[in-house]
Amino acid sequence: MDVKDIIKPENKVYGKCPVMTEKVLHYCPGCSHGTIHKLLAEVIDEMNIQDKTIAVSPVGCSVFAYNYIDIDWQQAAHGRACALATGVKRLCPDKYVFTYQGDGDLAAIGTAETIHACNRGENIVVILVNNAIYGMTGGQMSPLTLEGQVTSTTPYGRKIELNGYPLKITNLAAQLDGTCYVTRQSVQNAAAVRRTKKAIRKAFENSAQKKGTSLIEVVSSCNSGWKLSPIGANKWMEDNLFPFYPLGDLKDK
Amino acid sequence: MAMKGAIVVDRERCKGCGVCMVNCPVQVIGLTKEVNAKGYPICYMANPEECTGCTNCATVCPDSVITVYRVKV
Ligand SMILES: Cc1ncc(C[n+]2csc(CCOP(=O)(O)OP(=O)(O)O)c2C)c(N)n1
Ligand code: SF4
Ligand code: SF4
Repeated sequence: MDVKDIIKPENKVYGKCPVMTEKVLHYCPGCSHGTIHKLLAEVIDEMNIQDKTIAVSPVGCSVFAYNYIDIDWQQAAHGRACALATGVKRLCPDKYVFTYQGDGDLAAIGTAETIHACNRGENIVVILVNNAIYGMTGGQMSPLTLEGQVTSTTPYGRKIELNGYPLKITNLAAQLDGTCYVTRQSVQNAAAVRRTKKAIRKAFENSAQKKGTSLIEVVSSCNSGWKLSPIGANKWMEDNLFPFYPLGDLKDK
Repeated sequence: MAMKGAIVVDRERCKGCGVCMVNCPVQVIGLTKEVNAKGYPICYMANPEECTGCTNCATVCPDSVITVYRVKV
């Protein structure tokens, strides 16, 4: 069969989600941010909640997330996304509200806001994109950087004596009574992408049912920050981040 | 029933990251030697006859540049 006979509108089975805007993503080639944006857009589209969703973008590479997913947005000061989302959700309790944050934003400068929003059980969804460094500012160590991991501020590798232990903030969130769903996922292959999408859907449904805070950590790659190729970075992530940040549900109540 | 598929790539938006290529279970995808206006190689069907339209490539593409078509044969 000729390719021309296959490429017809009636045979289309997958394409760009209409909730994504036409803007070209500014992310580096192969960056996990783009894939996660797309999954959020697909879930919003499938749940038909485009005009009922308000998101909060962070400071970090994804600061411009509001350019890409065609919903209402606020942009928070560094680390304060969960506090801003709390305000938005309390003012507009009928909206779906989610934050989108890097590991530096959520778990360094924003630790207090994150923990307290989770502990209060705000009916919001928190998306944590854990690439184990500060991507935007040049690949510095973040609290979630692995022991021994080379970054621009730990050129000889992260040392526990000097820099402390990597922070499993997601495990911490799972301990809090306010969270209803805490899971760790990834997007480096098709099966992982489909699991992450299911997790996002479940988290949005939890907020509609007022079950409390849902937190989804997506273990991600930052190939430019890690100084690897996109494919090499995904491999490095599987070999190094997954053993320390194992995938799966930590809490589902 | 067998499936035949095909992909269409938005050539100017592709960043040549290759993530689609390594996720294709039947090695359909290659990257061009020539580059687009942004200087990136472009993903294309190097082995179009193998494509089953499984959507794996498009599912993992961070930039949503692949559209997948599929027919039963
Ligand atoms: C108050 C304040 N402190 C520091 C910065 C500098 N800064 C910008 S982005 C960033 C870290 C972002 O890292 P992360 O949250 O992991 O997101 P990524 O870029 O990796 O997606 C920092 C420290 C800032 N903009 N504002
Ligand atoms: S620097 Fe890293 S996190 Fe930022 S867009 Fe590029 S690959 Fe993604
Ligand atoms: S995954 Fe997307 S951006 Fe990357 S090479 Fe394939 S089509 Fe291009």
